[in-house]
Amino acid sequence: MIRVQNLTKRYNGTVAVDDISFEVERGEVVGFLGPNGAGKTTTMKIITCYMPPTSGDVTIDDRSVLSDSLPIRRSLGYLPEDSPLYTFMPVLEYLEFVAEMRGLEPDLKGRRIRDMIEVCGLGEVLGKDVSELSRGYRQRVGLAQALIHDPDLIILDEPTSGLDPNQIVEIRSLIREFGKEKTLILSTHILPEVTATCDRVIIINRGRIVADGPPDELGGRLEGRQKVRIGFSPEGFDRAAAEAALPAVAGVTGVTATGREHGLECLTLETAQNADPRLEIFRLAAEKNWPLAELHLEGSTLEDVFRQLTIGEDAAPAQDRAPEGGKE
Amino acid sequence: MSANILSLDRTNIGALYRKELKAYFNSPIAYVVMSVFLLIVGWFFASDLFLVGQATLRTFFEVARLILVFFIPAITMRLLAEERQSGSLQLLVTYPITDIEIVVAKWLGAMTLIGITLVFTFIYWLTLILFGNPDEGAIFGGYLGLLLMGAAGSALGLYASSISQNQVIAFVISFTVLFALFMLGNLLMFLPSWIAPVLEYLSLGYHLENLSRGVLDTRDLIYFLSFTVLGLALAAERLAARSE
Repeated sequence: MIRVQNLTKRYNGTVAVDDISFEVERGEVVGFLGPNGAGKTTTMKIITCYMPPTSGDVTIDDRSVLSDSLPIRRSLGYLPEDSPLYTFMPVLEYLEFVAEMRGLEPDLKGRRIRDMIEVCGLGEVLGKDVSELSRGYRQRVGLAQALIHDPDLIILDEPTSGLDPNQIVEIRSLIREFGKEKTLILSTHILPEVTATCDRVIIINRGRIVADGPPDELGGRLEGRQKVRIGFSPEGFDRAAAEAALPAVAGVTGVTATGREHGLECLTLETAQNADPRLEIFRLAAEKNWPLAELHLEGSTLEDVFRQLTIGEDAAPAQDRAPEGGKE
Repeated sequence: MSANILSLDRTNIGALYRKELKAYFNSPIAYVVMSVFLLIVGWFFASDLFLVGQATLRTFFEVARLILVFFIPAITMRLLAEERQSGSLQLLVTYPITDIEIVVAKWLGAMTLIGITLVFTFIYWLTLILFGNPDEGAIFGGYLGLLLMGAAGSALGLYASSISQNQVIAFVISFTVLFALFMLGNLLMFLPSWIAPVLEYLSLGYHLENLSRGVLDTRDLIYFLSFTVLGLALAAERLAARSE
C-alpha cells in the first residue's frame, strides 16, 4: 500500500532522513521507533504530504505524494505530534469543522460525528472549548479528527506522549481497535508501546532504518539471548556447589555470580537460544535442598535491541542491560 | 496558477471561512479592533458635523483610510503565522484543500470583518441624510475605496503573515508597506518628474482620492484588483514552500 523509496530529507545542511526505503502492506500496524530527532516525524510529514522530500518518493496505492497529493490526503487520517488542534472552538464545533473540511455530505457528517463521539468517548466534553481539555481528552479529539472520514490509512505521531498511565492505556486500546481494520503507522520513543500495539516495528536512528520486523522476532535477534536470574536464601546455601552443578543443567551456557541483592545470593545464567531451563533448575535445587527464593527468566527485550542498535553505533556493543522492568 | 483559481472548491473554502470567522468572533480580537475603529472614526465625524457644521463624509473617509492602515495589519497578522506557530498548519494543509483555497478562505474572513465594520459606519451616513443632502456619488466612491483598500491590504497582510511564524513581524511588514504606499502620494512633489507618474500609479492615496470623487475609472479598479491578486498569489506560493 505504501512504498517509500530512497527517501531523503535535508534541512539547511543537516540530514533528517537519509535514503530510507520500506513498504507497508494494507492492514499492517507499524511502529516507528527511534530516539528523538531520529527522523520519524520528518518521514511522517512527507507521507502525509505536508512537505516534499529532498529526493526519493513515497507512493500510496501507486499515487505519488509529489504529483498526486490531493487524493492521497483524502484517504489519509493524520494526528501530528502534540495534537495541534484549534483551541478556541468547542469540541463539537471542531468536529463539525473537520467533517466539513473532509467534504462529508450532511447526513453522513452527522452520523460520523456521532460515531466518533462514541468511539473516542467525547460525550462529556462536547460543549467545552478544546483549550479547556485535559491532555488525554485533547488526544482523543485528535484521534476523532484523524478518523472522522473513515480513512484507509492512519498516521499518528507520538500518540501517547505526555499522557498519564491511565490515559496511555485508553489511547492504546483505541489504537488497537482501529488497527484491526486499518493500515496504521505510529511513531514513538516508548518501547512498550510498540509491543503493546504493533505487528511490526521499524527502528530508525539518525535518519536510517536500523531494524525492521515483528517486535518479538527483533527481541530474539540480540546476542546473549535470554538470561535466568536465580536467588537463594543465604542460610544453608553452598555457592561453590551451585556454581559447579548449574552449568550441567540442559540449556545453561554460563553462570555468573552477581552477589547479594535484597538479602539473596544471586546468580545469572546465560541460556542457549529459546531454551528455558527454569524447571530443571527448580528440580536441581529441590534435590540438593538449596533454599531457592527467586527464579526469573529475562528475555532479551526490545529495549536491549533498541539500545544496542541505537547506541552501539557510537560505542562498542553495549554490554549493560537495562534492569528488569526497566525505564521506559 | 490560473487553472487552480478556476478549480477552487467552494465547500473547502466555506468550511475554512466559517472557522476563520469563529476565530475572530470567539475571541476579543474582532470586538476590540472594531470598537477602536468606530470610536476614532466616530469622534472625527461628530466633530466635523457639529463643530464645522458640514454635511459631508469627507473627513470620515480620510480618517477611516488612515485607521485602516493600522486595522488591516492587526486583523491579518494572525491568519497564517498563528497556524504555523501553533502547529495547526500541519493539519490544515494535510486536509484535501489546496494552498490557494486556504489563502482565499482566510482573505474572505478578513474581508468580512472589514465589511461588517464598515456597515456599522452607515449610522454616520444615515445621520447625514437626516441633517442635510450629502453627495451620494462621493459617498459610494468613498466606501468602495475603503472596501478595495481592505481587499488589497488584506492580501498584503496575508502574505506578510505567511512569511514568518511571528505575528509581530507580520504586523510590522504589512504595516510598513501599507503605510509607505499610503504616504507615497505626498512625496511626489519632491521627486523628479519622470518618476512621479510611476509612483503616483503605485500610491494607494492617489487611487483612493480618485474614487472618493465619485468617479469610477478602470485604472483604479485594475490597481486594486492586481494588488489583491498578487498578494494572494504570493501568500499561496509561500504557503506551499513549507520547510520545517
